[in-house]
Amino acid sequence: MIVLEKRPQPSKAWSYATPLVAVVATMVFGGLLFALLGKNPVEAIGTIFWEPLFGEFAFYYRPQLLVKGAPLVLIAIGLSLGFRAGIWNIGAEGQYIMGAIFGAGAGLAFYPLEAFYIFPIMVIAGAFGGWLWAMIPAFLKVRFGTNEILVSLMLVYVAEQMLASVSLGLLKNPEGFGFPGSRNLQSYDSAHNAELIAGSGMHWGVVTALIAVIFAYVLLNRHMLGFHIRLTGEAPRAAKFAGVNPARLILFCLGLSGMLAGLAGMFEVSGPAGQVSIDFNVGYGFTAIIVAFLGRLHPVGILLAGFLMALTYIGGEIAQSQLGLPAAAIQVFQGMLLFFLLAFDLLTNFRIRAARSEVA
Amino acid sequence: MTTPLLSLQGLTKAYPGVVANDQVSFDIGEGEVHALLGENGAGKSTLVKMIYGLVKPDSGTMLLRGQPFAPPEPRAARADGIAMVFQHFSLFDALNVAENIALGMENPPPMGDLAARIREVSETYGLPLDPYRTVGDLSAGERQRVEIIRCLLQDPKLLIMDEPTSVLTPQEVDILFETLNKLRAEGTSILYISHKLEEIRTLCDHATILRLGKNVGECVPSETSARDMAEMMVGSTLQTPERSGRDFGEVALDVSGLSVPSPSEFGTALRNVHMTVRKGEVLGIGGVAGNGQDELLGVLSGEIPTAADAIKFNGQPIGKLGPTARRKLGVLTAPEERLGHAAAPDMSLTENALLTGSVREGLENNGFLKWAETKSFAEKIISAFDVRTPGPENAARSLSGGNLQKFVIGREVLQNPDVLVVNQPTWGVDAAAAASIRQAILDLAAKGTAVICISQDLDELMEISDSFAALNEGRLSAPRETTGLTVDEIGLMMGGAHGMEVAHV
Repeated sequence: MIVLEKRPQPSKAWSYATPLVAVVATMVFGGLLFALLGKNPVEAIGTIFWEPLFGEFAFYYRPQLLVKGAPLVLIAIGLSLGFRAGIWNIGAEGQYIMGAIFGAGAGLAFYPLEAFYIFPIMVIAGAFGGWLWAMIPAFLKVRFGTNEILVSLMLVYVAEQMLASVSLGLLKNPEGFGFPGSRNLQSYDSAHNAELIAGSGMHWGVVTALIAVIFAYVLLNRHMLGFHIRLTGEAPRAAKFAGVNPARLILFCLGLSGMLAGLAGMFEVSGPAGQVSIDFNVGYGFTAIIVAFLGRLHPVGILLAGFLMALTYIGGEIAQSQLGLPAAAIQVFQGMLLFFLLAFDLLTNFRIRAARSEVA
Repeated sequence: MTTPLLSLQGLTKAYPGVVANDQVSFDIGEGEVHALLGENGAGKSTLVKMIYGLVKPDSGTMLLRGQPFAPPEPRAARADGIAMVFQHFSLFDALNVAENIALGMENPPPMGDLAARIREVSETYGLPLDPYRTVGDLSAGERQRVEIIRCLLQDPKLLIMDEPTSVLTPQEVDILFETLNKLRAEGTSILYISHKLEEIRTLCDHATILRLGKNVGECVPSETSARDMAEMMVGSTLQTPERSGRDFGEVALDVSGLSVPSPSEFGTALRNVHMTVRKGEVLGIGGVAGNGQDELLGVLSGEIPTAADAIKFNGQPIGKLGPTARRKLGVLTAPEERLGHAAAPDMSLTENALLTGSVREGLENNGFLKWAETKSFAEKIISAFDVRTPGPENAARSLSGGNLQKFVIGREVLQNPDVLVVNQPTWGVDAAAAASIRQAILDLAAKGTAVICISQDLDELMEISDSFAALNEGRLSAPRETTGLTVDEIGLMMGGAHGMEVAHV
């Protein structure tokens, strides 16, 4: 019989090794899945992991890694702070949408004026939109003790309806021949979140994501507030004893994660997406939850996980088009990654021991 | 000599890194109350778990009435007439007594029959208990009766009791002892685990003393002094804490008219609590667990806010201040629950030093943490209080209970508090460490700190406190000077036997 035995303290080595082991296990079992679908597993795995980075068309895919990875990292960083404290914001997708609506709305309000201050105002408006949307579950939780998981999740669907509404009404392009969707911000210079270096994929959102990683790292490791966040997550009673005000922590964590999700939405709508449209959101807010856990809620881990996730997205698309793999198989593959990570994570705190049969 | 009821021969059990029991042998006779004495970690629990079938010995044999006995699981042990009352009760608060007992039975009889059986047993053995009362409403002593009756219903030959008196008032202890004497007279053997020497001297026929997993001696308790037994247990001469002069300064902490509802459902509300503690005074607060101790600590630490004027520190109202503001003023506390309340289990000792030390030790600068200073503060605690650990980077949960307790108390003591409130400072700590913690508390008082010590260990309170008050159902009795208090008076302050008399048959 095999028993799990709790380690006296978490193993450092395993906490670094588990993400790698999880990736390897995903490759093995993903390969098996692809083989059962009648594809060459080596070729499929190679397409997903190799093609975007070093393949023939890597010059096109590499910038895409930044474009897809940045919003994931930005949102996941915000979420991870709350998750660390046991505050579960599941509605980043909604905050992302609201950030985009507020950001684009602020920019379009100035159209066609060209001025240097328009883009900074959009950034502030986007952050505010996301913050506002996250403050709803935060306030309800603090004031009435509601469950933030449910409220934030439900607000995603409200935000989607708002998105549809503004695409068809308030923000609809007056010169758009009646098609839903706003003006394209890519062709409005003052509001365009353009690439900082042409062809690199590096836009302001990528820069912000990197800043957020550094900010979160400093907060968690060097600041009292970060210590209180970790303490609340690990031992809520001890946190109260240490003097943490739980209500303030909830407002801070939800507010900050909403703000970062709002920023991600704003940078997306003013850059890669270009316009507010009904199908603007593609699930970054939900995928970021996976990214946050894949990165073990550690800022640097999230940075790596965000780009790994972006890689499987892009690689997955290539595999779909080149090898004819079904989209569902790619999703299963991504799901496996999270599954194996959480499974192997157990080894950080437990060791496996073959036991003599003993009733303990 | 007749065959003993249970004979242990060379029982050995090793866990990774520690030998819990090393060649332990002794006999328990029929109708004998046998004491198993030892400090925490001496291997008492492992030993009884082997007898009860929870743990399998690595080597050694047990003979029950001369027959080989190796229960693979508790059910088998119960079938052979072994019953056990655990230190921590496994009862459901929301169910009534009879339902709780039925849950532990293989084939529970109909509820009416069971209730009648419970009444019968409870009357026979002088343990009054209404089978239809909800367990959540029972006192700790009554809950223990539920566990004992649960065992007695099986008609056991050997009853194992793990630290049964730690939750009882002196009067309740008397009731329990009468029951145990009655059982002994009927021929039931009892294995009685405790570290309270006076109890063992009055109750037990025979004692086996364990130290570091080994049987280090046997004695007849009534013929051995408590001090001799203690020294066999610890393996060295015991140092009794000393206290210097007793001149008190002005009132440091003044609590008046404090009433607070409990934050948890099965907690106890505090009702109109009054007390004052002077500089240099140690106020001992006794009482059975669950009578408002946790709430009192929470109110004093600032975790539970209350009316500003209800608590005054040097005349300044602090009832509304949170824990951080109170620490800044010099009011420090150490809660009972070490893991999860006083310390975060998965965090390092350095981080745990920061937990309460940040304000007074200057471990932060505009919110930014000074890890180097924090680490040296943790190291200071470790060396000053002899905390056994490889270093401050180890997680709190890797420490043994006693060592973590030393760390938690040391953390507050070293911050030079003006008022220190400790709840159960030596709970689960071995005798030597307990003595050093008590000494530290007394030294602090000698320097002028006002100390409130909440504890269930009356011996401890008599040893260190200048005045004594008892908590009973959220009410605090008027404090009295400790010198001259008798055990009976203390018992009455603690609420007697919770209004219950021994049932006379």
